[in-house]
Amino acid sequence: MAKPKVAFYWCASCGGCEEAVVDLHEAVLKVLEAVDIALWPVALDFKLKDVQAWEPGEVTVAFINGAVRLSEQAMWVKLLREKCPLVVAFGSCAHLGGIPGLANFTTREEIFANKYHRSPTVDNPDGIVPQEKTNVDGYDLELPKFWKDVKRLDEVIDVDYYLPGCAPPPNLIADAVMAILEGKLPPKGSVLAPEKALCETCSRNDTKPDDMTIPAFKRLATSTPDPEKCFLADGFLCMGPATRGGCGERCINGNMPCRGCFGPTPDALDPGLKILSAVASRGEADTEETAQAFADSLADPLGTFYRFSLPSSMLKRRVSKEPSS
Amino acid sequence: MAEEQFEPKIVGFLCRWCSYTGADLAGTSRMQYPPNLVAIRVMCSGRVDPTFVAKALNDGADGVLIAGCHPGDCHYSEGNYKAMRRFPMLRNLLEQFGVDRGRIRLEWISASEGKRFAEVVTEFTEQIRALGPLRWKESVAALCETT
Repeated sequence: MAKPKVAFYWCASCGGCEEAVVDLHEAVLKVLEAVDIALWPVALDFKLKDVQAWEPGEVTVAFINGAVRLSEQAMWVKLLREKCPLVVAFGSCAHLGGIPGLANFTTREEIFANKYHRSPTVDNPDGIVPQEKTNVDGYDLELPKFWKDVKRLDEVIDVDYYLPGCAPPPNLIADAVMAILEGKLPPKGSVLAPEKALCETCSRNDTKPDDMTIPAFKRLATSTPDPEKCFLADGFLCMGPATRGGCGERCINGNMPCRGCFGPTPDALDPGLKILSAVASRGEADTEETAQAFADSLADPLGTFYRFSLPSSMLKRRVSKEPSS
Repeated sequence: MAEEQFEPKIVGFLCRWCSYTGADLAGTSRMQYPPNLVAIRVMCSGRVDPTFVAKALNDGADGVLIAGCHPGDCHYSEGNYKAMRRFPMLRNLLEQFGVDRGRIRLEWISASEGKRFAEVVTEFTEQIRALGPLRWKESVAALCETT
């Protein structure tokens, strides 16, 4: 029997998810014994027409990383969805919107203005900006459309499974591949990671006081966390209480608090509000003034609570105030 | 065509022990106050998950009031302190999303303060009227691509 075929594709991403596949090290050879790679733009040369020529079902699964912001990315993922029986959103960006999703804090117009006009390193006296269609020396050139917002993969196509993480850890990738090969998959829509919060397995859990109060937040740029102590009890914002575990605690072991890349635990309706509720109610404050001071000690709640998940928030994106007239 | 007068839609999460009873008192005392607030009885102001507020705004509310027992008077001893601590952080967060700080409000209203309840609702309704409609979903949709 022919080996099953898999595809990897990337959208608005940094390349870290590709690195995660390479990080399988020798295990990648095992994977290659079991499957053929039908598409992997970062490493192998395939063209759009090759994919268009696939028989439907010929390629078993597409692992797609990155959020979606360009019409070209949407075209590719729709094509892969059409061809593959299984689509896995690979990594935080495809799963929740990820770091690129923070662009929903601003607008396309602002991004273009900064990128092509305002930035101090830009020299653009004619104010030229890329156009979707241009004619150069008689040739019609096309660029993909830059969307107004950044979307999660499942806002654009139907997604079967989610592999969380920035980037997903090798053991979860290997488990997912094996589960697909053996046909031992959980219900559609599952996140292929444990359901319990990171705190439950955190090596510092013993130092978390039973009735914790959190002092005013300190910043990592100006203070160093105690390497033994629960980050929250020490005044560093840690997303552990509301974030899925299973990541291998790479950040915690590096003395960095959890930033939430695995996304919320299954019961959370909104990832950022869940963690806000958890930490704010434990703030060291018993008057309205001290509560305000505690809140103000966190410089950027939106960027912190939704670092990987702004497109997954209930409120979706920033809406700039109307210019007052 | 003249634009219809804007009537603010306000969702009020009222604690069952103090503020909801205060609202009842305002009613039984026949106090007049604007009908713009839809009251939702909750067991405690500390039960008001920030998600409730976001959902109300997302689903069309122009403002949200959270009202509970005065600090020290909570039926569950410290639920209202939890509300007190969450509120400013939620307001900071919502402001970053683009929701004016004046659209959410936290008040302590006891069971005997029917008059105060009527005053708060009157004042808050006028404040939201001055801010105008929020239309959150519509504003977001205008800033998002349809696929």
